Amino acid sequence: MTGTKVFERPKALSDIQHSYCAGCLHGVMHRIVAEVIDEMGLLENTVGVCPVGCSVFMYDYMSCDMIEASHGRAPAVATGVKRMLPDKFVFAYQGDGDLAAIGTAETVHAAARGENISVIFINNGTYGMTGGQMAPTTIVGEKRTTCPNGRDPKTAGYPIKVCELLATLDGPSYITRVAPVSAAGINQTKMAVKKAFQNQLDGKGFSFVEVLSNCPTHWKMKPIETFKWIEETATVHFPLGVFVDR
Amino acid sequence: MATKTLMKGNEAIVRGAIAGGCRGFFGYPITPQNEIPEYMSALMPKIGGAFVQAESEVASINMVYGAASTGARVMTTSSSPGISLMQEGISYIATAELPAVIVNVQRGGPGLGNIAASQADYFQTVKGGGHGDYKLLTLAPWSITECYNFTAMAFDLADKYRAPVMILADAIIGQMIEQIEVPEKVETHLVEKPWATNGCKGRKKNVINSLYIVPKDLEEMNLKLQAKYALMSENEVRFEKTQTDDADLVIVAYGATARISKTAIDLARKEGLKVGLFRPISLFPYPSAELLEMAEQGKKFLTVEMSHGQMLEDVKLAVNGKAEVSFYGRSGGMVPNPLEVLDKIRELVGKSNGSCGCGCCCGKGKKMEVSK
Amino acid sequence: MALIEINKELCKGCELCIHFCPKKLIEMADGFNSKGNRFSQFKDSDGSCIGCALCAKVCPDVAIEVWR
Repeated sequence: MTGTKVFERPKALSDIQHSYCAGCLHGVMHRIVAEVIDEMGLLENTVGVCPVGCSVFMYDYMSCDMIEASHGRAPAVATGVKRMLPDKFVFAYQGDGDLAAIGTAETVHAAARGENISVIFINNGTYGMTGGQMAPTTIVGEKRTTCPNGRDPKTAGYPIKVCELLATLDGPSYITRVAPVSAAGINQTKMAVKKAFQNQLDGKGFSFVEVLSNCPTHWKMKPIETFKWIEETATVHFPLGVFVDR
Repeated sequence: MATKTLMKGNEAIVRGAIAGGCRGFFGYPITPQNEIPEYMSALMPKIGGAFVQAESEVASINMVYGAASTGARVMTTSSSPGISLMQEGISYIATAELPAVIVNVQRGGPGLGNIAASQADYFQTVKGGGHGDYKLLTLAPWSITECYNFTAMAFDLADKYRAPVMILADAIIGQMIEQIEVPEKVETHLVEKPWATNGCKGRKKNVINSLYIVPKDLEEMNLKLQAKYALMSENEVRFEKTQTDDADLVIVAYGATARISKTAIDLARKEGLKVGLFRPISLFPYPSAELLEMAEQGKKFLTVEMSHGQMLEDVKLAVNGKAEVSFYGRSGGMVPNPLEVLDKIRELVGKSNGSCGCGCCCGKGKKMEVSK
Repeated sequence: MALIEINKELCKGCELCIHFCPKKLIEMADGFNSKGNRFSQFKDSDGSCIGCALCAKVCPDVAIEVWR
């Protein structure tokens, strides 16, 4: 090979191949989290907490110490770790069913406590692992297996905007929503993850990165079409930006 | 030198936990155990430990899961409905083989029930409680001294077996104040925890997990747990026998009802009735062999509980049809009066209630009030 | 001169790299890898790869390495 290698598999990612469907952004997000861990020299100092959902096997995909939490409880588990090991770096990685439905209380209270952890929230508006059911973040009108005619607010209510909800609290130090579906979006996502991690190292408290993600399988779209849909539709309902930075 | 002092059961649990090396407490308020988080919130910061008042019992037990993953000695406490909420988490802790201590200061159930004493969580505690084939090593204190000592010891046992350990108390034990001799120092056995997730410096990564997607792997995990429970059954059976040698009738009771039964036994002995007390201290593993031995000697049994007959099933299983097993229980926060138990004793091995014909219940012509 | 290497065994054929490559230097290969997935391949006959690594950054399976 000529020249210098400028992009390779980060060390914080293990050699195990992801089980995700083709085009799933979980893979990109794992890579970004791992790269930031590498770049910040945190690999040997990290305890990650993964959720129940498609990314349940994240403990296999990372090279750092990992804990598999029960559904929705990753922020509570991460709290337990961080309180016993305040000098270690602790992150939680969760999907929307995990974080914004069953684990809403744990999310809100970890944020309210200003718990010094970093949470990566993957929002793709569906329960991928269980077969594409309606999620707390499914947009009104979107079809899922449990709202086959489209989410009807009369019976199923409205999607939860987690960043906006958490931004009303005094605890969080950083809340942002990003979409890694363009060159710029991917770079911004990495910068957001880096800032969330740095905040923890600086002792600033709860940092939260919501990632507008995709599900080619259950959205029944080609991967590139999911990117377009996120850019054109999801971001209208879930606007990108920084909600809290202090 | 040990210090003699008056102490409440709930406080003794806190002091015992700290003596046993507890450095992390995660809990949610619920009566009748509130003194535990209150004392913990004051004491943990003083010893460099962590205290978090969680948003729910579900969060508490999952904080314990995370904190125990780091290798620290940690605990949570609650009362019946709160312990129900923790069941999923306890199942995960058992499967992930995490040492942790859980205290249940039982209250009246089912449902929201009430805040009075009960022993109706026996099934939940020793028959699984949460999902899957797991067991909880369970210790049942009957005094404030035991609240202290058992809680301290529970941390050693949890580490020894990499398993959750339950202290099963009740509202009487938790709220009662009596004299305790606080030991100057509790001997603890700290163990290496190479499995802990505390940063992978100088070693391969560690994973704390209870997911085994391949059935063969999960069955292997189950067999590993069963082997652990067999080892507990070999090593950790604890019980106390009082006046059982010459007894025709042995009362089997744990915790507060064992104390009540002891009073009834003292009264019965004064009447010449040969009654003894068998007090299981470990509820899992259950002291079945000792009960069977007494059954084979021809003794009768009376199980007394603040429930409608839960431990009763373990007594019957233990004696395996070789002895008569009777039951007396109150529920819903009603506490058996020693005289009610005495009546039952007379019914089984002595003069029947009111045999003197005066309508009394003591058999000696002196009217006694018995609330039922 | 820059170039990329695609690990065809890691590739699941999502085609995101093809869409992201500003120079259109990636295409789907014929056939399947050992896991039965279609896979993409790098085709740069005149050395026009600029090593921007966008293909690698968007690859969910971290199947691409980049030299510059």
